[in-house]
Amino acid sequence: MSSVVVSNYAGSLDIAAIRAAFPILSTTVNGKPLVYLDNGATTQKPQRVIDTINEYYTRHNSNIHRGVHFLSQYATDAYEVTRKKIQRFINAKHDHEIIFTKGTTDGINLLAYSFGKSSIQPGDEILISAMEHHSNIVPWQIMCEDRGAVLRVIPMNEKGELIMEEFYKLLNSKTKMVAITYISNSLGTVNPVKEIIDAAHQKGAKVMLDAAQAIHHIAVDVQKLEVDFLVFSSHKMYGPTGVGILYGKEELLNAMPPYQGGGDMIKTVTFEKTTYNELPFKFEAGTPNIEAGICLGAAVDFIESIGIDHIAAYEEYLLNYATEQIKQIQGVRIIGEAAHKSGVLSFVIDGTHPYDVGVLLDKMGIAVRTGHHCTEPVMNFFKVPGTIRASFAIYNTKEEVDALIAGLKKAVMMLL
Amino acid sequence: MTINELQDELIDDFEFITEWEEKYKYIIDLGKELPVIDEQYKTEQYLIKGCQSRVWLHATYENGKVIFTADSDAIITKGLVSMMVKILSNQTPEDIMNAELYFIDKVGLKDHLSVTRSNGLLSMIKQMKLYAIAFHKA
Repeated sequence: MSSVVVSNYAGSLDIAAIRAAFPILSTTVNGKPLVYLDNGATTQKPQRVIDTINEYYTRHNSNIHRGVHFLSQYATDAYEVTRKKIQRFINAKHDHEIIFTKGTTDGINLLAYSFGKSSIQPGDEILISAMEHHSNIVPWQIMCEDRGAVLRVIPMNEKGELIMEEFYKLLNSKTKMVAITYISNSLGTVNPVKEIIDAAHQKGAKVMLDAAQAIHHIAVDVQKLEVDFLVFSSHKMYGPTGVGILYGKEELLNAMPPYQGGGDMIKTVTFEKTTYNELPFKFEAGTPNIEAGICLGAAVDFIESIGIDHIAAYEEYLLNYATEQIKQIQGVRIIGEAAHKSGVLSFVIDGTHPYDVGVLLDKMGIAVRTGHHCTEPVMNFFKVPGTIRASFAIYNTKEEVDALIAGLKKAVMMLL
Repeated sequence: MTINELQDELIDDFEFITEWEEKYKYIIDLGKELPVIDEQYKTEQYLIKGCQSRVWLHATYENGKVIFTADSDAIITKGLVSMMVKILSNQTPEDIMNAELYFIDKVGLKDHLSVTRSNGLLSMIKQMKLYAIAFHKA
């Protein structure tokens, strides 16, 4: 096949310098330089995040929101600084609208439980989409079963785009929550979230965005979007695992009951009656993942040191380049060809199983994800057992895309 | 041949393969050679579901020996399945129950049995032993 002309990246980012901040990128796998293209699963961590973890345990470890002693004050301040950084990063109105969770899944479970309890009556409807991650399906199923509500699904077309006409048909006065992904983890589709939010609000429904695959790729402004709830994970935005964020509008969070009981979330406790703490602590029972919370702040610093818009532009260039180059592979079929995509290139190759391709790429030091990506309904829709997914981050290069293409050619040759 | 003799034979086959490409080509070829399972057994009942690749396993008991046939939708998994079948098929239930599959480690394929590989192979070995236990009791 003919080679394809894609304009070179014309931006000003020094990718070599960015790569140098990630020690893991200079390691080898199976004797080959690591080509890490599984960023949709988790991103690698820059030195400043790693250093912050080390520094926390070396110098600042203490429980937060409790002690009057120096270390506890210090750790509390550092943890709360992250809350403020996240507030600024997503442009929330108040820092108490930022709730620390264990991650995206935890945030959705919290929301489904608490919102379900306060706001869902039998017969009410929840709208999700056909491209949701299992973590944005199952918590709502559990809640619907519990509350006697109905789960409805916005279908998608063959390109992996939501069918908006169907969305408008499904949306009605019984719809209480629209919970959809901002960017699909298995297809890369960027959904028209502003349109969905505006339409939902007109019908009196609330909207939750799963921003797990968006937060490190594109600028997210919750006030501009007017989104009611937004969830994401630290580990997909260059931060540590075990911490995530649930953003919610103040008045909505205030109206919701706590999700879990324990320390930190109470105002007074007697055996007869407990009164709950204010936001955000009402939703933060127990000792949190303090170290991860503090280090998430360092991850935000890293992203802001480059600029999210620069990141978005560079990753768009990479995705376009990869999308063009992959057409060299005979029998390739891209899964997810939405007009607006970000971060993810999902595909299958005729006559090969994704698992086999993934195993052989691994032998060449290339890390991709294969399988159903926790989106079985999406795989069923496209009638594939799974896909091969290359997903990008700011440190990936054109040369790594070339290595992927060369690796795929070799794998196909071995398998067919 | 005994289970251990078969394992040793396979270890010998791999001994002179140094490049990973050759090793995987060999596994892929084994996969292609595996006698295809009777279509009637490629059903949910005989499916060992891995997260990524699927494995079907069927067993019969003939003249005191367990006969396994198997298949997978992924060719590398199928190659690994083929090795298991080669080693454990046509053996007595007792020998299968007591078999220690040391060849996997010796030929450098241990990582294919890890939980993250999700290829159904670990479950397949367990299932083969369960068949042996069932036939042993019968």
